[in-house]
Amino acid sequence: MNKLARDLLFPIIAVVAAFIVGAILILLVGDNPITAYRLLLGSALSWPDGIGYVLFYATPLIFTGLAVLVGFRCGLFNIGAEGQLYIAAFATAWVGIKFANLSPWLLIPFCCAAAILAGAVWGGIPGVLKAKFGSHEVINTIMLNFIAIMIASYFTQYHYKVGGDPILESAPIGEGAHIPHLGKFIPGFPERIPLNVAFILALLCCLLVYLFLWRTKWGYEIRATGSNPFAAEYGGISIRKQIILAMAVSGGLAGMVGINEVLGNRHRYYDGFSDNFGFTGIAVALLGRNHPVGVILAALLFAALQHGGIYVDGFSQNVTKDIVQVLQGIIILFVAAEGFFKWLLRRASMERLRA
Amino acid sequence: MFIRVNPWPKPLMLELRQITKRFGDVLANDHVDIVVKPGTIHAIVGENGAGKSTAMRIAYGFYTADSGEIVVDGQVRDIKSPHDAIALGIGMVHQHFMLVETMTVAENIVLGAEPGTEFALDLKSAGAQIRQLSEEFKLAVNPNEPIEHLSVGQQQRVELLKALYRHARLLILDEPTAVLTPLEVEEFFVILRRMREQGKTVIIITHKLSEVLAISDEVTVMRDGKVVGRVQTKDTNAAELARLMVGREVLLRVEKSDPEVGKAQLELKNLSVTDLFGAKRVNDVTFEVRSGEIVGIAGVEGNGQTELMEAIAGLVDPARITGVMNFEGRDLTTLGARVRRELRIAHIPEDRHRRGLLLDFTLAENSILGVHYRPPIAALAGGVFIDENAVQRRASEIIENFDVRPRNAALPARALSGGNQQKLIIGREYRVEPKLLLVSQPTRGVDIGAIEFIHRQLVGLRDAGCAILLVSAELEEVTSLSDRLLIIHDGRIAGEVDPKVATLEEIGLLMTRGH
Repeated sequence: MNKLARDLLFPIIAVVAAFIVGAILILLVGDNPITAYRLLLGSALSWPDGIGYVLFYATPLIFTGLAVLVGFRCGLFNIGAEGQLYIAAFATAWVGIKFANLSPWLLIPFCCAAAILAGAVWGGIPGVLKAKFGSHEVINTIMLNFIAIMIASYFTQYHYKVGGDPILESAPIGEGAHIPHLGKFIPGFPERIPLNVAFILALLCCLLVYLFLWRTKWGYEIRATGSNPFAAEYGGISIRKQIILAMAVSGGLAGMVGINEVLGNRHRYYDGFSDNFGFTGIAVALLGRNHPVGVILAALLFAALQHGGIYVDGFSQNVTKDIVQVLQGIIILFVAAEGFFKWLLRRASMERLRA
Repeated sequence: MFIRVNPWPKPLMLELRQITKRFGDVLANDHVDIVVKPGTIHAIVGENGAGKSTAMRIAYGFYTADSGEIVVDGQVRDIKSPHDAIALGIGMVHQHFMLVETMTVAENIVLGAEPGTEFALDLKSAGAQIRQLSEEFKLAVNPNEPIEHLSVGQQQRVELLKALYRHARLLILDEPTAVLTPLEVEEFFVILRRMREQGKTVIIITHKLSEVLAISDEVTVMRDGKVVGRVQTKDTNAAELARLMVGREVLLRVEKSDPEVGKAQLELKNLSVTDLFGAKRVNDVTFEVRSGEIVGIAGVEGNGQTELMEAIAGLVDPARITGVMNFEGRDLTTLGARVRRELRIAHIPEDRHRRGLLLDFTLAENSILGVHYRPPIAALAGGVFIDENAVQRRASEIIENFDVRPRNAALPARALSGGNQQKLIIGREYRVEPKLLLVSQPTRGVDIGAIEFIHRQLVGLRDAGCAILLVSAELEEVTSLSDRLLIIHDGRIAGEVDPKVATLEEIGLLMTRGH
């Protein structure tokens, strides 16, 4: 088996197995799995709405999947993408409100820089804590999630809300900070679909992350640290620096969700806008085998499920869109059980030898 | 059933006839015939992967052979599990002991063959039996001592007692001396001879030729899964055995001229290194290494060698180091590992999996570790991007010059055998043309053929003017390679001897007693 086939095999097994288990569950609640799955996946392929929304939903997942991937490659588990993207989205909106009158040529880069920087700082904090004091990044990133979400809520509520607005959201950002929907450039693709330039940015980031990790000396050092910190240290690599760098890059990538959300979609900070993008990013990175191309594929799958969930809710009798959560959970279980599958395969091949 | 005419008056203890065993694509045993006479010590020698352990595990019932038969006491036997082997009087002691640390000697010995009734364990009668056995075979251990309080040599005696307690008449010992100090090896040989006197048969699997010659009566040599030689020990010598094992002439002695010593490169004065718990692992060490000489450090492992080497390589927090550490007159203490590498201090670490290699990285990626951040490797776009062509060039150069196999730079380092991994590391470290080379256990787990090669490379580097500090647990290696030999004990330099005249006994005493 060549490497590519092997890399694809286990994610595919995981997804297929999850759908089989899901089908059993759907049968148990008294619906037809084929009908349910047709609703779930069929809607995702319809033009232009299905495809447009799936790509729109996939955008934040690509960013967070890449964020988690960079952490993993350095041996770090960044569970804080959720907090990083909230603080970044808030920072983006803040710049977009404060400097609303700047020309788009300045304002859009400023807002993007704010998103990346805020995410990088928020991700960098647990990196510094780990490098300096050895405190575990899992604990610190989880706790920083709450802090980030609460800080953004507080400032929105008490400083940046438009008086009388019943919804917890900030004032709108300046028009100059809006980035166009892709409908503007694609004939026959309606502009009302919120798929925007941030999606192109997400694809570009996949390429950049690939080049960064596998073609630059910094990426080499991050991967060496993740692969074997003792050997990295032996090779003259400062492990502390790599931890801080990887967490900051990871946070910056998560922060770019703010560009999609604030500049491309709602044009304001909207409290609780993230549909667990940060946590789903972990699943995306795992299913994508910590490779940028895998992240794109996994993000598309999860986005399709998320989109289809709405149709399942609306058109089937007993199954609700919770089936999406169930499927996601089972996929992760099976991906995590890769070691178990490998063991089964090995045993099967041993038995074939014996026979 | 046919009757086989046995040329020996007594039936043979063990006979493997045409044993074949295949693991996947690998033919581990290819029609192996081994004949072991009762009351002898029989050595089975061969390089790593020659199939010697596999053959013996088949005899002990760990594996079942694909074809062939096992004959015990002249009768063909079907040995399906170690249980069957034990019932036939075959015992095996593995390289890694299988003892429960927290249980006592007696409890470990009876484990699985507990005396008494179903419900009551009769340790008292077991204790008496164990005492009698240790008396008979001169295996002094206290049955009531927990295993964790015993030295490695003592634990080995417990393993032997375990087999004897189960009435083993044939003991198979897998690399029994790998874990022992030179003095313990001597004691161990006394025990083996004692067992032979008492009528036991012993099979010893090893690759150390000096030990084969010292202890065995007969030798079976294996190579690539086949038996390539059967000799009486008294009729053979190390050179012949090595040639049989490797399949070509092997130079066992290191050939080297007198050193042309230059100025002092590394100077250590009153150097001490404490561990994370504040204990001094290196204690007040003073010596120097001059260019063009190999300074050896002999000692039982765990006496501060690791900490000493890592301190010089820059892998120990400077706060844990006191004393003077100068390289070419420059204070090293506060410099990081990267700067020390830039000064051309190279390091071949003792643990290649933990320190020396990125096992999941390719050979190409491993070949640039330590120089990955500077030209000619990181040369594109202002030194940020790694030049893939330069990496490939460096990797194939190392693979070529140091005969790393398989010759495929795209393989992960994990896929290589220990010897080839070591050659890759040595090639990488040589490539920086070091002025000071720190090298620990350069040939651990490496085959004889590769050992010869590595030794020649070290001497060649010395002759080119490099200062070399060598740590090895193999006394023969460290005495034959070194120009000066220091002995370390409990973190202190216990003495310096001239390796050309010092005897192994003399060195062994300094290693264990420290004076």
